[in-house]
Order: sequence, then C-alpha cells, then structure tokens
Amino acid sequence: MAAASVYSSPGFDFSNQIRNNFLAGKGLPLPKATSTGTTIVGCIFEDGVILGADTRATEGPIVADKNCEKIHYLTESIRCCGAGTAADTEFVTNLISSNMEMHALTHGRKPRVVTAMTMLKQYLFQHQGQVGAALVLGGVDATGPNLFTIAPHGSTDKLPYVTMGSGSLAAMAVFESTWQPNMSRADALQLVKDAISAGIFNDLGSGSNVDACIITATHTEMLRNVEMPNERVQKERTYVFPKGTTAWKKEDIKKLVLTEEITPLAVEAMDTT
Amino acid sequence: MDHIDMNRLKQGEINLGTSIMAVQFQGGVVIGADSRTTSGSYIANRVTDKLTYLHDRIYCCRSGSAADTQAIADFGHYYLQIQTQAMGEAPTVLTAAAVMEKMCYQNKDQLSAGIIVAGWDKKTGPSVYNIPLGGGLFRQPWAIGGSGSTYVYGYCDATYQEGWGKDETVNFVKNTLALAMSRDGSSGGTIRMCVITGDGVERKFIPGDQLPRFWEGKEVLGEVTKKPPPAISAVAGVAPMAVEV
Repeated sequence: MAAASVYSSPGFDFSNQIRNNFLAGKGLPLPKATSTGTTIVGCIFEDGVILGADTRATEGPIVADKNCEKIHYLTESIRCCGAGTAADTEFVTNLISSNMEMHALTHGRKPRVVTAMTMLKQYLFQHQGQVGAALVLGGVDATGPNLFTIAPHGSTDKLPYVTMGSGSLAAMAVFESTWQPNMSRADALQLVKDAISAGIFNDLGSGSNVDACIITATHTEMLRNVEMPNERVQKERTYVFPKGTTAWKKEDIKKLVLTEEITPLAVEAMDTT
Repeated sequence: MDHIDMNRLKQGEINLGTSIMAVQFQGGVVIGADSRTTSGSYIANRVTDKLTYLHDRIYCCRSGSAADTQAIADFGHYYLQIQTQAMGEAPTVLTAAAVMEKMCYQNKDQLSAGIIVAGWDKKTGPSVYNIPLGGGLFRQPWAIGGSGSTYVYGYCDATYQEGWGKDETVNFVKNTLALAMSRDGSSGGTIRMCVITGDGVERKFIPGDQLPRFWEGKEVLGEVTKKPPPAISAVAGVAPMAVEV
C-alpha cells in the first residue's frame, strides 16, 4: 500500500533502503559511509576563535584518507569543522557557504555567525537527523567572537570551548582541565593542539595530523598540518636486492613504445550551402 | 511495531533529561531549570540554558529533545514577533502558550517535547501554562516537568502555598530543583532561574557547589572528616561563563 507514496514522496527517497534491507537479509553486506570517527574542537580566546581538527577519514575499520581536511570554509571570517558522514559535512557546508555569500551580496554587509548557525540548524532539523553532520561552527563578526556546536538533529549549543566527534571525550578532558577565560593567542593554539592530539592518540577513530584555524576580526589564518606527530620515518634497513641475486639464462628487451605512420587523407571542405 | 513509543528519542538524538519548573506568585512568575544536556551517557553541555526567551515578558522551560524544543521555541519567538507588529502591543502569555501547544499537538508524532510557558502580561498578570508530551494546555499555579520532576511532586504538593512573595517563591524553586537534581541522574549541574514581573526579567544563577543541601546521612554515617575537593566553578579566577539572553 505504501509503495506508491514511498516512491513519489518529496525529499529523501527511502526505496533503496528497502532494497538494501532485503539484500542484507540475503547476506549481502551494506556499503559503508566514509568518516564517522573524528576529533574536532573550538575555543574562544582574547581576540577571536581557534578551530581544530584531526585529519583521519575512516570507512569502517579502514583509514580511507590519512590527511583529509575537516575545517571547511563558510565565509572569510566564519569556518566550520565537520564530524559524522563526510559527504554530508562537505555538502552541507558548501550549501551554507553559497547561501552566506548570497546573503552578504543581498544585504551588502558581512554576515554573522548566528546566521550560519540558524541556516545549518534549520537545514539539519528539516532532514530529521538523516543528514549526518555534527559541526563545530566558529567565527568573528560585528558582535565579536562566536562559537557553536550543531548536532545532526539540529540542536545547537553556545559555549566558550567545545568538542565533537568520537574523540570529543578525550579532547574535552584536556579543555576541562586546562582552559581559562581570556587566553592569549599562543596559549589557546597550544590548548587546541593538545586537545586534538588527545583525540589522535586516545581515540581509534581519529589520527594523523593536527589542522587549526585562527580567526580574528582582521585576519583568518588556516594552519594546515600545524602538527605532524605521525610522520613515516626512514626505514632502518633497505630491502632492495642487488642485481644478480637471481641467475638468469637469457635477456630479451621489448620496445613498449609503438611508432605508427599516419597518412592523412585529403580533407574535404565543409558543406556550407 | 503496532504502537508508538512517545518517550523514545531518535537514535543518537541529544536529550534534555531535565528538571524544569515554573511558579506563579503575587507580582510575577519564577521559572527555573537545571543545566544538564545529555547524549546517551555523555554530558554534552553542563551549563545549558533551558530558559528560553519567547517575548519580553514570556519565557519557556524546555524538556525532551534539544533539537525539537529549540525548533519549537524558535518558531514561537518568530510568531510572537509577527504578532506584536500586527497587534501593536505585547502578546499575552496565553497567546504564546497556545501557539506552542498547537505546534506540539499537530506534530505530536514527530516531536518529543514537554514545555512550560510562563510570564507576565497586562491582561492577566502572572501565569504559568503546562504543555505536556503529546500537547494539551493547562494553566497551573505551579508546574514541574522533565525526567527529574517525578521525584518532587510530593515535595511540591506538601510545600506550595498561595500568597507567597518573590523571595519565598525563588527559594521554593531553588529547593525543588536541587532535590530533583540530586535524585535524577539525567539532571544536574547548576540552577538557572528567571524572575519575570511587570517591571522586567531578572536572571539568577546558582553554581553547582552552592546548591541547597538536604539530609545526606551524617546522622547515620558520621561527619565527613575529609573536605571534598573544590568544584571547578569554585577555583579562583574562573568565572561562570556568559550566556546568551
């Protein structure tokens, strides 16, 4: 009875879910979405906001990308960290970034962080948690520095320091023990780096490098890979065998590049009658 | 599934496992709430502000899903702004409560929201309206809500009296919430209160280490000799965070 309405209803189409459940029942494993494990943080300091993120993207137990970017651009002075489904965080931040640009153009002034927050929460609430984006939104506007978290169902929190993702517990432990109001730029950056590092080292879903973004009223500085605590070191030994280790009876070298001679035929003029 | 579980939250949804309260007195209303927001067993926010602005003299206390109640409150706020422009005067608490109730009732299948609307208006003075889970609008002299409220119905019934002034009402709210927060695991943190009168709105904040304390077993267990470590908010130099109004 529901079949017709399921296939023609507006919004998300759940017909594939019915098919996938049927196939899963027959023993076919479902494809996995990329990146659920993440550590993202934000922190207000003296004259702005610092956002931080790790750079690991996962597909179930596999590390899909060892150095991905999780701090997304919304406007020059508003940025947004994404956790949850990678495709959703990427899409939702792109969409809101476009709408913020349009907003700035129509009103002729810089849009505020609360505007981005409202757009994001209304979009996520409309989709009732089906868009799996957990965000940390930060920036500086006419009202000063602003920092929010936005959960996938569309609820928001306004706090001086925030964490999200699977590494949020490790990162929050660092904030709760060392955060102080009105920190200096250097102290706040160190705190953000420590919080992300706690996620990288103590949470299986997070890893690789630290990204940070310092936003002040006059300048936004994106610090890509400010810390790289997991760089591959030079191997202690080499495993290349010297030529002649294995004996051979004959040598035959084939030319892989083919040369072909092409004779162009007479080119016929285009019919323009 | 042949029936709908009203209390079930959507998977991974952020919950306001809450203690909220509103009490009417001679010149106004006192509203109060704890400050805990949970996501499963994790406290997502320990200084939440669940007392949400709807209009100059009308506030609501939110319990249930954080996303749902924020969306309802945002709509209520928007509607009352339009209403004020159209009528040229401040709306009544009943108007605000009726709008919120309509949202809760018409979308009851998709929402989990228990809201108390309270405030002051020129027509009726102070009033408190309770809007429970599936909708419904009930004017009450006092209302409690959220998961913590079940523990303190008896206390409220035994304690509340008509004709109180502001200070007595504030103390009643403070004590009731402290009792609810001490028994309910999903409530806790600090107490936030608002006193709404014709003259204005006054916010009150009780830090977690200054909550009213009741019998804790000293007579049975003896005096505690070791002093407990200071709570985070009591550490010198750390001021309570600023909140949006």
